[in-house]
Amino acid sequence: MSKKQLVQLENVSFQYDSEDRFALKNVSFDIYEGEWLAIVGHNGSGKSTLAKLLNGLQFPQEGSITVNGMTLNEETVWETRRLIGMVFQNPDNQFVGTTVQDDVAFGLENNGIPREEMLERVNYSLEKVKMAQFLDQEPHQLSGGQKQRVAIAGVIALRPSIIILDESTSMLDPRGREEVLETVKELKDIHKMTVISITHDLEEAVRADRILVMNKGELYREGSPEEIFQMEEELVQLGLDIPFPVKLSKTLKEQGVFLSKHFLSEEELVAELWTFHYKK
Amino acid sequence: MDISLQEVEYRYQANTPFERLAIKDVSIDIPSGIFLAIIGHTGSGKSTVLQHLNALLKPTTGKVMIGDREVNAEKKQKNLKAIRQRVGIVFQFPEHQLFDETVEKDICFGPMNFGVHEEEAKKRARIAIKQVGLSEEILSKSPFELSGGQMRRVAIAGVLAMEPDVIVLDEPTAGLDPRGRREIMDMFHSLHLERKLSTVLVTHSMEDASKYADQIVIMQNGQVYKKGTPNEIFSSPEGLLELGLDVPEVVRFQQKVEEKFQTKFSQTCLTVEKLTEEIASMVKRGEQE
Amino acid sequence: MMEKMIFGRYVPAHSVIHRMDPRSKLLMIFLFVCIVFIANNSWTYGLLVIYTFAMIALSKVPFRFIISGLKPVLWLILFTLVLHLFLTKEGELLFQVGWFSIYEEGLRQGIFISVRFFLLILMTSILTLTTTPIEITDGMESLLHPLNKIKFPVHELALMMSISLRFIPTLMQETDKIMKAQTARGVEFSSGPIKERVKAIIPLLIPLFVNSFKRAEELATAMEARGYRGGEGRTKYRQLSWGLKDTTLLIFLVILSVLLVLFRT
Repeated sequence: MSKKQLVQLENVSFQYDSEDRFALKNVSFDIYEGEWLAIVGHNGSGKSTLAKLLNGLQFPQEGSITVNGMTLNEETVWETRRLIGMVFQNPDNQFVGTTVQDDVAFGLENNGIPREEMLERVNYSLEKVKMAQFLDQEPHQLSGGQKQRVAIAGVIALRPSIIILDESTSMLDPRGREEVLETVKELKDIHKMTVISITHDLEEAVRADRILVMNKGELYREGSPEEIFQMEEELVQLGLDIPFPVKLSKTLKEQGVFLSKHFLSEEELVAELWTFHYKK
Repeated sequence: MDISLQEVEYRYQANTPFERLAIKDVSIDIPSGIFLAIIGHTGSGKSTVLQHLNALLKPTTGKVMIGDREVNAEKKQKNLKAIRQRVGIVFQFPEHQLFDETVEKDICFGPMNFGVHEEEAKKRARIAIKQVGLSEEILSKSPFELSGGQMRRVAIAGVLAMEPDVIVLDEPTAGLDPRGRREIMDMFHSLHLERKLSTVLVTHSMEDASKYADQIVIMQNGQVYKKGTPNEIFSSPEGLLELGLDVPEVVRFQQKVEEKFQTKFSQTCLTVEKLTEEIASMVKRGEQE
Repeated sequence: MMEKMIFGRYVPAHSVIHRMDPRSKLLMIFLFVCIVFIANNSWTYGLLVIYTFAMIALSKVPFRFIISGLKPVLWLILFTLVLHLFLTKEGELLFQVGWFSIYEEGLRQGIFISVRFFLLILMTSILTLTTTPIEITDGMESLLHPLNKIKFPVHELALMMSISLRFIPTLMQETDKIMKAQTARGVEFSSGPIKERVKAIIPLLIPLFVNSFKRAEELATAMEARGYRGGEGRTKYRQLSWGLKDTTLLIFLVILSVLLVLFRT
């Protein structure tokens, strides 16, 4: 399976002016076209700094970031931003327009898209995130989840190849979180977009194709969700958690119920219990 | 101190064209020493209920008994401060209320508003800062140079230092990472156990509600949909699922197993340990047959 | 508490005035403010009153909304009226009790000036009641566009206005939230001696400022991430369209001006 590398980080280090500790230290990894990559870590593990670097809001002191073959620096930053869309944490603080449609159009205006095309793209994007009937609503009339969906519409209207969710669901209630993640999943399937979700929410991480675990500014581990969640206690030590089915598989094993592996989905685990029960 | 809401109704902006009914016919008892969880979707009215617990809002009809004080629509209320000293509220994202030069001053702000002497307030600040898991050195820092998680803890310490009889928590762990969430919830739980501190937790998390609460109230469309112990509430999860509310992962999993195996466990399991036992004994029975 | 402000709020309706181009409405107000001062007798004032009420009728905004806009300035109008009654001592003496006297000219001028006030407020109310704040901003940006030539930051000004408008409700919600949190910590905002109440503002204002700065910073980041880098090369999503109705209404106003000039004495 040789996938195309879309983003490459090589020995990236970054330090904020006001701090003596490195926020990121010697981080290297690749992001492949079309994958859903989750970057997890506790608060302060450096995962949000990573998001800022990927979008050229900050530049690394050491190492390099390459996006689609282009080294990210102050000259190329505007071009890269066309390729990467970001959805931030606070739904209120990224809503620029006075109404839903104005907000979606904001990015298009910045990029000098002709008006005829803007109209088309605004409608299309809002339909895709199921917010088309809210065209003229003002932000304070919307729920957090709805605002985040508008933010996503604003991103896809620009047709980027990558969408970064920078803790985009952490301020939402369970319903809002579900709405947002469902929307992203659909979009990824339709548009073959690459998704990078930066999160400490496991439900979100389980949906990824690949997970990077960050700790104290360093890349701690990389692997598929199944591999990562085998880490169990180690993850808890890192300030994270393990998904419920894995937790249950583990306690069942301790009780002498031998399962072939740890399961990430409840359905698979139930099915395995069923076979276990009737195999003998 | 007991609190009880009796047939409370509340309308926002009553008697204006913008009037909106927020809650109606809400009766909830909060006896001293209980751990109560209030659950519901955003907009179900749970925040409105919360603001009645220390008379931030007065019911448009019905009454709220806070200790021996009655709060209702008619009476012009005097000295509500006395109530507020006894019922502390930790609002959602409480770090947004920090304002003073130092952490110590900010924590002392509440107690001193209620007439506690400065020396005593400082003593309380030292106790409270440890309770929330921070070190005393932080007291002399500015609250604005702390990390988000630390600010949250300082804000909580500010409410604890008021030494209330009842503490009300509105999504106290929103936005925190899993470790922060665990630590904060464990802290409130141990405070509740050690000091018999009455605790009201408003939350979306069914896990937290079933893990910590003695009683659960479920709000839906401004009304109380269901009340009971975690066992009573989750033993028939179907209704909750219909409302689009979650049930704890343990309960959901038990349901899936029961469906697949066409059986019924003797009880609703609320912890992973209990569920493991039940499942293990069931599948092993299969082995012997 | 702050939600109670009704004055000047946009009232959605489907009227000619609502559908008019904000630029023509702004021009109309501007012209109106000028020509109000041409009027100086009953005929000319009569014309202005008829014009204003015709506009109100066309706007289809319920009359009570328009009246509510008058309330805050009512005392000011009364004060002006009384001042004129007392101080202008010209023309025929109409009424006298002891030192207190009213002259014809005083009454005339008092009434005219009050009417002028009323009309100005009514007309501006029609503007704010039928035009969303963002339309007003767009209209202003477009009208001020020529000033770009002398390096006046028209686009930045308009963006600032629209962002402020967008954040007003957010800030109100936030103020309410912080007030409640501090009330729960024993602050009394609405009772107690003045000195205490002034002190109570600090724990409200500081968090509000701190949060607003944080907001501003995050908003700036989000705008940058979405490719914002000043007005250059930007296209506009909102488009203003000048129609026949705009030209017609302005022509009416010009005719009115001509009439005013002809009939004034």
